Amino acid sequence: MDTESTYSGYSYYSSHSKKSHRQGERTRERHKSPRNKDGRGSEKSVTIQAPTGEPLLANDSTRTEEVQDDNWGETTTAITGTSEHSISQEDIARISKDMEDSVGLDCKRYLGLTIASFLGLLVFLTPIAFILLPPILWRDELEPCGTICEGLFISVSFKLLILLIGTWALFFRKQRADVPRVFVFRALLLVLIFLFVVSYWLFYGVRILDSRDRNYQGIVQYSVSLVDALLFIHYLAIVLLELRQLQPMFTLQVVRSTDGESRFYSLGHLSIQRAALVVLENYYKDFTIYNPNLLTASKFRAAKHMAGLKVYNVDGPSNNATGQSRAMIAAAARRRDSSHNELYYEEAEHERRVKKRRARLVVAVEEAFIHIQRLQAEEQQKAPGEVMDPREAAQAIFPSMARALQKYLRTTRQQHYHSMESILQHLAFCITNSMTPKAFLERYLSAGPTLQYDKERWLSTQWRLISDEAVTNGLRDGIVFVLKCLDFSLVVNVKKIPFIVLSEEFIDPKSHKFVLRLQSETSV
Amino acid sequence: SGSNPGRPRCPQRVEIHKLRQGENLILGFSIGGGIDQDPSQNPFSEDKTDKVNGWDMTMVTHDQARKRLTKRSEEVVRLLVTRQSLQKAVQQSMLS
Repeated sequence: MDTESTYSGYSYYSSHSKKSHRQGERTRERHKSPRNKDGRGSEKSVTIQAPTGEPLLANDSTRTEEVQDDNWGETTTAITGTSEHSISQEDIARISKDMEDSVGLDCKRYLGLTIASFLGLLVFLTPIAFILLPPILWRDELEPCGTICEGLFISVSFKLLILLIGTWALFFRKQRADVPRVFVFRALLLVLIFLFVVSYWLFYGVRILDSRDRNYQGIVQYSVSLVDALLFIHYLAIVLLELRQLQPMFTLQVVRSTDGESRFYSLGHLSIQRAALVVLENYYKDFTIYNPNLLTASKFRAAKHMAGLKVYNVDGPSNNATGQSRAMIAAAARRRDSSHNELYYEEAEHERRVKKRRARLVVAVEEAFIHIQRLQAEEQQKAPGEVMDPREAAQAIFPSMARALQKYLRTTRQQHYHSMESILQHLAFCITNSMTPKAFLERYLSAGPTLQYDKERWLSTQWRLISDEAVTNGLRDGIVFVLKCLDFSLVVNVKKIPFIVLSEEFIDPKSHKFVLRLQSETSV
Repeated sequence: SGSNPGRPRCPQRVEIHKLRQGENLILGFSIGGGIDQDPSQNPFSEDKTDKVNGWDMTMVTHDQARKRLTKRSEEVVRLLVTRQSLQKAVQQSMLS
């Protein structure tokens, strides 16, 4: 169905798209015309936008969207379920950039992985090699070593098993993110293990292999001591990598640059890049989804404020640009305009409209839900013709609420976050789980976090960490770093949790005594 | 504490030396009233204190009055009191 293609929403991704600019201008035109009484006729705000290079395909789809606005709200009788995606030039550029970047990072990731696994293998096989080499090389000269050695063999094998399980549990985890710099503690631990094993091999090679030591029990005990030391290094790894950052020491304030929405998170001692990872993981579930359409209006208001002012230099030619700008700002500030008035009335009008459409929507949805009834198991056999599964039931009641829902989404500027397919799916989901109309509507009445929406569309996986300090440094009070993605950035401010002085005061429960007195009486 | 303008006023000067009880200096009686209290609910209506050691007590709250009387640095408290019994006696003598 061709209406699906106009609803794909790809071309609305970035806030610089022409459509949102045009839509913003159109609303301003509509609001300007009735109030154009004081003769400020040619007061068009001129904003220069760099051409985004959207091909004709995207332009066509936006134009047809304007024309066929209410289309899917009214012609939803036949649903074929096909969807066509239109991809704009922007997205092609973005995809190719993704591919370029990922090649470089994959190499780095795999390099780290191979080093670590090679080292792990070396470490694991070393005690076994220590034990097996003497019998292989000089079996005849070895002193026989009975039960003690067998006991030590058992202990070595179990300790190695424990080490294997512990290493698997701690380190063999799917890497969940690509970070710019290597993790300092992990690198240090790998170096430590490497040096440790090398020094053991050195000692072994010089003292035991070369001199063909005959005391087999001593050799076995040497390898047992190696395994013990490895277990302790594993303990050190747990403490450094996992336990140290559990106790919260810092509170991070994360502010989104476009609309100021902010959240606070508590973290322990982490490096800046790890803190950034934690912030991003929480961003997708805590922050409401970024909506560029809500931001366009303020730029036009501000631009209009300065429009129409020009600086004439009466004293002769001078190139004082700062002075001219200052003069313009001062003049604009003194100027009496009614833009605050416009803003107030516009916002009040918008509120009223949203509330009205919301009321219509709630009523329409409630009426639609009344028609659906769940069939019990016995009744299902009685009327086989009319029985529907959730998807069909959703499609049956969707037309009655489609128009109201679409109008509401357009008024609150969320229309491109919800495609018809996603609405139908959500409706089928609510019907299956016997949810009330209010539960169904909640997703549309208030903006939710980014994870709630179609993940492939709105989740940006490319982030850049901008920081004055090295990103492997630990967090400190007062550090500010910025996480930037294509459309907006998150400014993170680190504050230390204050040192709290807690003292105790004992109040005997029996000392809570009260008396009724209408007048105070004190004995002196 | 208040004042009745119509009646004959007989203020009496009373000097009290504080007693030592443990480590506190006490006077040995209880006070009630104050401008922050309800005058109709006053538990004591016999003696009204006008001054304590020179400080005016006609417009003080209960807590302020208590503080003025229980200063640790003063061992002697000089009160200017208006006593009802005394007033009645004077009235009677003036009438007769």
